[in-house]
Parts: sequence; structure tokens; C-alpha cells
Amino acid sequence: MKNCYINGLGCVSAQKTTESGFLDDIVFYDTNILPVINPNYKEYIPPAAARRMAKGVKMGVVASSLALKDAHVEVPDAIITGTGMGCLQDSEKFVSAIIDNDEEFLTPTSFIQSTHNTVGAQIALGLQCKAYNFTYVHSAISFESCLIDAQMKFNEDEASTILVGGVDEHGKHTNDLHRLIGHIKKEEVGSADLIHSNTDGSIFGEGAIFCTLSDEKTEHSYAKLVDVEIYSQLSEENLESRIKTFLEANKLSIDDIDLVVLGNNGDVTFDSYYKTIEEGLFKKTQQVYYKHLSGEFNTASAFGFWLASKIIKEQEIPTLVKINDQPKKTYKNVLLYNQYRGENHSLVVLQSC
Amino acid sequence: MEGLKLELKEKIIEQLNLEDVSIEEIGDDDPLFGDGLGLDSIDALELIVMLDKDYGIKLTDPKEGKKIFESVAIMATYITANRTK
Repeated sequence: MKNCYINGLGCVSAQKTTESGFLDDIVFYDTNILPVINPNYKEYIPPAAARRMAKGVKMGVVASSLALKDAHVEVPDAIITGTGMGCLQDSEKFVSAIIDNDEEFLTPTSFIQSTHNTVGAQIALGLQCKAYNFTYVHSAISFESCLIDAQMKFNEDEASTILVGGVDEHGKHTNDLHRLIGHIKKEEVGSADLIHSNTDGSIFGEGAIFCTLSDEKTEHSYAKLVDVEIYSQLSEENLESRIKTFLEANKLSIDDIDLVVLGNNGDVTFDSYYKTIEEGLFKKTQQVYYKHLSGEFNTASAFGFWLASKIIKEQEIPTLVKINDQPKKTYKNVLLYNQYRGENHSLVVLQSC
Repeated sequence: MEGLKLELKEKIIEQLNLEDVSIEEIGDDDPLFGDGLGLDSIDALELIVMLDKDYGIKLTDPKEGKKIFESVAIMATYITANRTK
């Protein structure tokens, strides 16, 4: 397998991630719906183009722009975007218009912008990039599907610089439905106490996280992407053996892992997956989580990927993401594990380079 | 007629998401497409739907739209003469 390096990052999230610094001024929320901290979109998108863009598209354009700039790349050889729900706001607008107007008077803008691949398309339009452009829509493994595709592109020598990202935005009606069926917590727990809430459901977020991947290491490289695996179904009983097999395939043992980045979202029913490895295989390993900072969304694991990459480069862990407190060491091999409601599991290994 | 012109300007700004444009910036006779507000073909479709939905005017010939949407003043005159609601 060819080497794959993370050479640039861009992140629009509920934290101040578009500013300099590394989570040194964490924002906590009292609500169960975490909005992103909006960057000044006008600095990145011409007004004429921005007027038809919903928030998700704008976030994606800004995050991708930051990731390319960070890697000193102008135009990539491919753009691969992951999204669980696509451009939700325009989808809701279009469907509402169908109902409200009795299937008449349908306007084109929200329909055109409602497709899942709008973000990747708008990034390409802005860059005038006519290269490979693909969007993966697969719930909580949308972003990881992009990583696998990028690895394959490198292996086939079809690209040397690829922009990869995950984007999801809030949709009011969709969030109302998630609240109704208990996917969003009924009580306002506040983001600070998320993993101790001991109730069903989670807090929901939104965001856009992009990275510039390359088959060549540079002085700016954050880390090396070693491997990615995804599973639509995985039982708690088989989780640890699956992790061992995954690590062995990459010539790594449990002891080689210096840090585990977990997708705990405070849902008492499904966080048991994370508990299994927190108290099992990685009991003596430093563990961190991040969904109290980003909120849960289909591509929230991309925020975990951003966090892991930053930790490897900075060799510092922000205190407020720590689950346990192990003696500080060099963070060389980092394992990321995520799942949503017991389905769509992903394992990713990053390595310092 | 003045009231209708103001109403049209408000609708154009709202429905076409012209966030940076104020009512005062749209002159009654300013061209809406090309050099003026810089609207495009997707905006033209939005305006056709608006005429149908809000004023009961169905444009069947797209060439008609080119003339009607020249400016707010021309739109207002056309709507006044043809509106059904």
C-alpha cells in the first residue's frame, strides 16, 4: 500500500477551529443542538455565489479552502466528500414547498442545491477543478468511505493530492424528528456533562472538516494515514477481536497504540461499545473523546480525525477531551474508533511521520 | 403602482437571497439582468414561479419573460395589467 499523508486540515465546527490555537478556548453549550461557529463566509465566497448556498455548502467551501491553504496546494487531483444527510436545509425547503403549495409553484434553487453532491460540486466550481469528484453517503461511515477511496486512488497512481472531507448541517424539521424518536436527548444535559448523562440519545451538531491528503510527505505533514476499515454491523462481543485483527494486519499490537480517539456520544445504550474497549483492550492507554465539542452528526468522526491529527502534530492533548489520565508519552500510533447507534463502525490508524 | 414596485423589490431581495442588496439600491428602471442586478437564468425561473404564485400570471412563452423582467417598473406595469389575484 502506498503512503498517504495528511498535509493540511480545515475545520468549521462548534468550536473555534477556524482560528489559530488548538482547542485552547473550548465553547460549551447548554442546548442539545450545537451550531457551528460561523467563520466570515464573505472572506471565502463571492456574494453572487454565496446567495444560493445553504450553510453546509458554505461550511464545506471554507473548510476545504483552509485545508488546501494549510497544505500549500491550489488545486487537488481529486475531491472526495462524505455526508450523511447532504444539503438538508434545501431538501427540507424543497419538500416543504411541495406540501405547502400542493405540488405547484416549485422553484429551482432549493431543488438544485438539495442534492448530496452539492458541496463537492461547489468546491470544484470555486477551484475550477475538473478532476475526479465523488460524494459518499453512508451514515456514520461516509467520511471513512472517502478515506478508503483516497487510499485506492493513491495505490492506483491516479492522484497525488486529494481533498477529502465530511460535511453535515442541521435541518430543523429533521432535528425535530430525531428529538421525537429519542435520538436527541429529551433533557438538556449540556455539552460539558455529555458522557456522564446516563440517558438515551445524544446532542446533535454540524460541521465541515476537510483534509488534504498526499502520497508525499512534506514539512507541514500532520500524520500518516495507515489504514481504515468499516463495518456496517459489528457486535460488542466481536469488537475487541476485530480491533486486534485490524491492528495485526498493520503489524501493530495493542501496546503499540499510544492514544485511542473514541466517538462516545453520551447515549447510554450505545456507548457500551466504547466502554468495552475503555475498560478492556485499552485500559492502560490514553483515551480521548470529542462529541461533547462537536455534537453528533454523520460525519462527526471527521472531527475526531482532525483532533487526532492535531494531537500527533502538537504532541499535546487538550485536557477537556481526556477520558482517562495516563502518563504523558509520545503519541506515535493513534487508533480512532467510531460507531453510531451500534451500526456503521469504523477503525482508523494514524501514525506520526 | 408605487406600492407594487416596493413589494416587488422586497420579493426579489427575499426570494433571490440578495442579502447584500437593499430596496433603495434597486432603481425602478434599473436592468435586473446583465449589468444591473446581475440576475441569471435560474433567477428568471424563480421570478416566473413568483408571478404565477403571487399574482396568478402564467407565462407560457419564455421569450415573454425577457421583456417583462427588464426592470421593476416594467414588471409592475405588466402585473397590474394581467394579474388575476
